[in-house]
Formats: sequence, C-alpha cells, structure tokens
Amino acid sequence: MDKMVNLKINNIPVSVPEGTNVLEAARSAGIRIPSLCYLKDINEMGACRMCIVEIKGGKNLVASCVYPVSEGMEVFTDTEKVRNSRRITLELILSNHRMECLTCPRNGNCELRQLAAELGIDEVRYSGSQDKQPELDTSALHLVRDNSKCILCRRCVSACRKLQAVGVIGPNDRGFATHIGSAFDRPLAEVDCISCGQCTVVCPTGALTEKDDTDQVLAALRDPTKHVVVGAAPSVRVTLGECFGNPVGTNVEGKMYAALRRLGFDKVFDVNNAADLTILEEGTEFLHRLESGGTLPLFTSCSPGWIRFLEQDFPEFIPNVSTCRSPQQMFGAMVKSYYAEKEGIDPKDIVVVCIMPCTAKKYECKREEQRLPNGCMPVDISITTRELGRMIEKAGIMFNSLKDEECDPLLGMATGAGVIFGATGGVMEAALRTVVAKVTGSEMGPLEFHEVRGTKEIKEAEYALPGKTVRVCVASGVSNIKKVLKGIKSGELNYDFVEFMCCPGGCVNGGGQPYQPADVRGHVDLKALRAKALYRQDEQSTYRKSHENPMIKELYETYLGEPGSHKAHELLHTTYAAQKRYRV
Amino acid sequence: MPNTKTAVPFQGTKEQEEQLRRIIAEYKDTPGATMPILQAAQSIYGYLPEEVQIIIAEELDVPLSEIYGVASFYAQFTLNPKGKYRISVCLGTACYVKGAANILQAIKDKLGIEAGGITPDGLFSLDACRCVGACGLAPVMMINDEVYGRLTPKEVGPILDKYKE
Repeated sequence: MDKMVNLKINNIPVSVPEGTNVLEAARSAGIRIPSLCYLKDINEMGACRMCIVEIKGGKNLVASCVYPVSEGMEVFTDTEKVRNSRRITLELILSNHRMECLTCPRNGNCELRQLAAELGIDEVRYSGSQDKQPELDTSALHLVRDNSKCILCRRCVSACRKLQAVGVIGPNDRGFATHIGSAFDRPLAEVDCISCGQCTVVCPTGALTEKDDTDQVLAALRDPTKHVVVGAAPSVRVTLGECFGNPVGTNVEGKMYAALRRLGFDKVFDVNNAADLTILEEGTEFLHRLESGGTLPLFTSCSPGWIRFLEQDFPEFIPNVSTCRSPQQMFGAMVKSYYAEKEGIDPKDIVVVCIMPCTAKKYECKREEQRLPNGCMPVDISITTRELGRMIEKAGIMFNSLKDEECDPLLGMATGAGVIFGATGGVMEAALRTVVAKVTGSEMGPLEFHEVRGTKEIKEAEYALPGKTVRVCVASGVSNIKKVLKGIKSGELNYDFVEFMCCPGGCVNGGGQPYQPADVRGHVDLKALRAKALYRQDEQSTYRKSHENPMIKELYETYLGEPGSHKAHELLHTTYAAQKRYRV
Repeated sequence: MPNTKTAVPFQGTKEQEEQLRRIIAEYKDTPGATMPILQAAQSIYGYLPEEVQIIIAEELDVPLSEIYGVASFYAQFTLNPKGKYRISVCLGTACYVKGAANILQAIKDKLGIEAGGITPDGLFSLDACRCVGACGLAPVMMINDEVYGRLTPKEVGPILDKYKE
C-alpha cells in the first residue's frame, strides 16, 4: 500500500498516494488542469506551462504535471495570477503557430484550439513571426509533418522514444530555432522511422497528421472504368464510432458497412475474412515448422511497423518471421485473383481500398515484394480509420442514424477468430484455436485462451498439445518487442510462437485510430475498452474458429487447394530483407 | 547556427575511430556520458559528422536523434570541419556598426555557404565571431591568422580569390 499524502486543492481536502503529481491529485478532487504537453506516464516534463498552479507559500507558479504532492500542501488552480499566466503563455504559443484552423486537418479535434476556447483567448496580442509559412516534411508515405503548427510539446518525441523505442525524432537546435526533426534534419523517409504513426495520435495540433489519401479513393470511386472494392481491418469497427461521438468501445460494424456502400464502393468485403485466411496459412506454417524442426520461435507478420523494425534492427531474426502476408495484403491478393476470376473482371480494373487502424499499412501496400504474379499490387490505397471518418462526414452521410447492414459475404464473411486480430493477443488466440483443433483432431478443445488476452505489455503462456508443450509469448509496443527479442537472442527466453504487434495494445490502439485528447488518453483505458468490444463480437459469432469459416473452406476447395499449397504460397506469402538503419 | 549535413566527405581514419571507441568504452556506464564523449569526439575529428555520431549512438544504445539533439543544441559543437582557410568575420559592436553584416553577407554570397559552414572542396570555412580586439580597424575579418581591416563588401571577392590560387 502506498503511503498517502493529505493536501488541499482549492480548499478541498484530498488524499493521494505519495509521489502523485499535483495535476493528477487535482483530478481526484474533480478539477481538470489544462495541459498541452502532458501525457500520463509518457510525457511528463512541464514544457507547455499550461498546467501551472499556485502553491501556498511558494514563490513562483509551478508546473503541476511535474510537481509532486507533499503533506499539508495547499494548491490553488484557478486564481487570477494562474489564469493570467496561462493566457499569456497560450497567446505566446499562438503567436508562433501557423493558424489556418478552418483548413487544418485537425479542425474540430485540435487540443490547442480547444484550450484557446476554454481560456477565452479572443485576441492574440503578440505577432511573433508574421505570415508564417508551412514547414513541411512530406517525404514519408504515411505521415506529414508541418512544423509551422508544432508547439514543441515533445509528445511525439516521447511516443517515439518511450513507447516505441525507435527514437527517430527529437528536438534539434536551440532557442527560437528549436524544432522537432530527425538527426541531421533528414527527411523522415530517410531515417529508420517504422511508420507506426503513434506520434500522430498524440500530437495536440495539426503538426503531425497521416498522409491523406482520401482524394485517391474518391477519384477511383468516380471513375466508371474502375471496380472499387473495400475491406476494413478488424479493429476499425470498434473505433470508427468515436469519429462520430460514440463512446469508446462502441461496435459500429453494421453502420460501417452501410456507410461504405453509401460512399459508392462496388463491393463491401471485410478484412476479417482475410484474417481467418491468415490463421490457416500461419497455423499451417507453425505446425509444419514444429513437426519438421524448422526455425522457431515463429513470429507473426501482420504488423508492418514491426516488420520494418525487424528488418532494420534485428535482421538476424528474419528467418523466424512467418512468410504470410498481412491480412490487408492477403485481402488484396484474394480480390485481385480469386474474386476477379470468379466475377470475370480484369484485376487491372479493380481498385482495392483498405481501411486500416494503421499508418504503416500505407507503407506496406507500396512494398515491391508484395506484387502479385499477375503484376498487380494487392492493395492500391490504404486509408486510416480517421480518414474514413472524414470521408463519411464530407459525403454528408448521417453515420449514427444509419441502419445496420451486412457485408458482401464472398470475401467478407468471418469468424470470431478473425475479429479478435485487432487486439494484442488476438492473433495468437485465433491461431491457437485452429492449431489445437488440427493437432488434436478434435473440435472439442478450448476456445478461449485468456492467458494471452489483456493489455499487459508482455504475456506468456504454455499449452500442452499431444506430444509437445507449446510455449507462446505476446508482446505489443516496440519497446516491449525489443525486450523479448533481446531475451530470445541471449537465450534467456524460449518460445515456440510469438505474436508481435507494433502498437501498444495492438491495432485497437494503432497509429491511424481516432484522436482522443491526452486527457482521455491518460485516464480512459482505450486499449481495453476497444478490445472488449472485439471479444464481445467474437462471443456472439456463429463460427469462432478460422478453419470453420464456410467461405474460407470454399476458397480452399475451389481455388487454393490446401493451406500452404503452391498457389497459396504464390498469392498469400511474401519475403523480407534486411534494411539499413542509417543512410550515410 | 546552420546544422545541416556537411558538404565535405568524411575522411576519418582507423586510428581516430579506435581512439573514439576507447573513450566511449571508458564513459559508457557513467550517467551523462554523452557530453564528455561528444567533446572528446570533436577533439579527435575537429567536428561531429554523421558517421561519428552514429558510432556514438550505436555504442551508447541511444537513438541518433538524441545525440544529434545534444550536438545541435550547444554552440561549442560543430557539424562542419574547419577549412584549410578559416574565415572569421567579427560581429562585435564596433565592427557591427561599421557594417560587418554586409561583409558577412558578401562572403556568404561569394562562397555559397552559411556561417558555420564549409565549402564542398574543404578550402574555406566561415564563422561569425565576437570582438577580435582590432576595433580601430572595423569592420574586420580574419583568414587563419591574417587580419583584414576597414573592409568594404567589394573587397571581399578579390581577397578570397587570392587564397584560391
């Protein structure tokens, strides 16, 4: 039990554990202290000076996000002095911020703008640098940085360094020249950025946004010669609703299908179906490696951010990664082969659009080794949940009042196993369901593998199969992936099968998911609530094991042969290659 | 201070690298190792090019962006080597009021580099400095140990040309 400290906040007595900062203590008294840089447990550095408060007996105002409580302390969060100081600081921040609010991608969910409204800033008295020009880095496939809107809060830097242990950005130079950038101010495309997009979800302003590819989607939809097919990733159905004010963890699958039809897609399939397909291929690959003494542990390959990290930082483990394409790429591959042949459409006339929780998927779908034997790239355009939200809004679709619809079954129908891909541990659980059934030859085995569920950063479990105990591990967030890889390398950790997801908590917390202000992010367990909605859908599914999916069965019977067949290899598997970390 | 990548190709030797790695090994496990290592690296190489910062980042197992952030923060660190001819333009008070900014601009225009930079052939490096103690001759610039006083922007070109020969 932590030692408790008693203090007063605006004369209200509160008791909080020792070591708590004043900002969090104030929350327990029902007072929200504004901040632009604070990100609980991740970015606590007092950079923005918005959270300053007055402490009785103190000489100066203090930044409450880095000021620990002490016994008998008296804090005042809303005095005239505090208000004035916050207003002046915010005006100074705004004086150096390129204000194009009406045309900014963050219009409507900008934390800076929100705070300016809260503090009643109706005038900026300081002119700073007049006619500020955009300072753009558009080099990367997945995001755009515009430093003219950056307020130097360092949230992106912390997300990159602490959550993802990649650290490709940091504050460069000093004083007024200070700016966030890569080493030697190289463009993002030239450094070892893994494209995860975690920096974009924590940015309070429009300085970091995903690269908007929605115009390409619209162009395809308006082109009468193109047959446009769409599929959304498992996690998108439990997050898209947030773009329309629904509570975190609302499943809007039916409305999502309805909205996609209203946007004009010719076929509304579902990447869940390809997730099931992934399990059959990956499960077969695992069993094959297990039986034939192949390279183990087997690593999952669904997460392109993780793959990029592996290729750059741990290329020695490339033989351990499953050769399976990710569900997004399997989806595109099936559309442009199986579906195209079945419907008699030239695959070159098909445009495959994927809705992803992920910015790295934009990079993945452009990787040359993804090209299919027929010369097509499996996926043409990959957009994030946020971009889909904006497309729906712009099209005037009244999302919340739409009636639920079903997806087109052919490459849409999915099992509960496919749905849970969106949460950390989901791919492992889905694979175990199928692997256990295959090994035991019985469908009576366990259906739920609770040991691999939950938002714990690294999860381990052992399952006894006939003749072999399978040791599994699930890790999400690159900092945790790094720990596991180092452990495996040193021989300290021993597993047979490992699920790695680049983003902490898996795809439900992906870099392309809807914005939530830092205040919500720090105090609502987004990962758990969103994942819960996926597991609920799994529970309610008719089929819960990938190999029971009737559409997948038909796909193998009529087209692919069997999992791991030559044709399956051509269409559903890929290769990896070591990549350089530095470009000198 | 311009902190762009230097235009001069890296010419570090094996001996220099060995020396650097020895120093890194010495400091590696002490907290705050970055500063003394960067200082040592600059004294070995004369500047802190990307190649050297990568060695430091890898050895300390910290991101390159972190090393670069420190190197670009402190004015004492330079990302460019010094040229064969080191030009220093005095921007002290006396020189400044006598138009030293125009002298600096003329050199920048002539050489196509910013203060802190170096020409790609490694011949000239340019720095702005504070008072050199020759206020009577303002505005003043120095090229290595040679002092040029009472300069006008027009005179800059011919002086630099002299060094090119």
